[in-house]
Amino acid sequence: MRSLNWLLFPTLLLILISLYCIFIYAPTESSMGEVQRIFYFHVPSAWTGFLGIFLVFFCSILFLIKNDRAWDIRAAAAAEVGAIFTTMVLISGPLWAKPIWGIYWTWDAKLTSLFVLWLIYLGYLLLRRLLESPIQRARLSAVFGIIGAIDVPIVYMSNRWWRTQHPQPVMGGGESSGLEPSMLFTFLLSLTAFTFLFFLLWRMRCRIEESADRLEALHRELNTRLQEGK
Amino acid sequence: MNFLFAAYTAIWIVLSWYLFSLSRRQKRVENELTRMEAKIKESLK
Repeated sequence: MRSLNWLLFPTLLLILISLYCIFIYAPTESSMGEVQRIFYFHVPSAWTGFLGIFLVFFCSILFLIKNDRAWDIRAAAAAEVGAIFTTMVLISGPLWAKPIWGIYWTWDAKLTSLFVLWLIYLGYLLLRRLLESPIQRARLSAVFGIIGAIDVPIVYMSNRWWRTQHPQPVMGGGESSGLEPSMLFTFLLSLTAFTFLFFLLWRMRCRIEESADRLEALHRELNTRLQEGK
Repeated sequence: MNFLFAAYTAIWIVLSWYLFSLSRRQKRVENELTRMEAKIKESLK
């Protein structure tokens, strides 16, 4: 835990400054009012959810090429943390949608493809739990993770490709898109804080898996010694 | 305002639960490691 401090303190600091900016510094949006502040957590959660599956994709490819357990650990950890952030998107989204759209949920392309991403994460984690052979688990989940990542461009592009209830992107979504400078600053700060938080949780999760591997090795060593002693 | 409060509360509950779960798992594995290392030392005697 001690060596994680270099990541822990900047993360905490960024979160605290973000909270100040979200609730005090950023102005209230004129059409949606106070509830628009959900945006500063909702979009960064979605970004880290995408980051998670991107890491699963990247680490899975490296695992299949190098056959190195370290990449399998990184992919598995990224999937778990990514699933947490995607869950946060699925919670904050409906709570933002209800006062604005009048409904919590609709099966439009954006929301459905995001829900599919969440199911992909759950499927990946479930697959890892169900497969007992470590080699089979690592290989099959790597393939599953690579295929599952195909959903991310669909989620990202869905409101550009199809007519959706979900609004067009706030940035890069055409001429009418964009943010007021203080809102943009708050958003980018929150995005940075969430990215740091993602990497902190990812490192913590990797460490647990590394320790579990060490434990497994010690178990084997002890069994060998006991058998030799007989 | 209620929806804003609900969203932020829910997010912090999910994050806190996950952090708690991570630290509990880390502690459990570390305790087990210490116990196993002691067993191995004992088997060397």
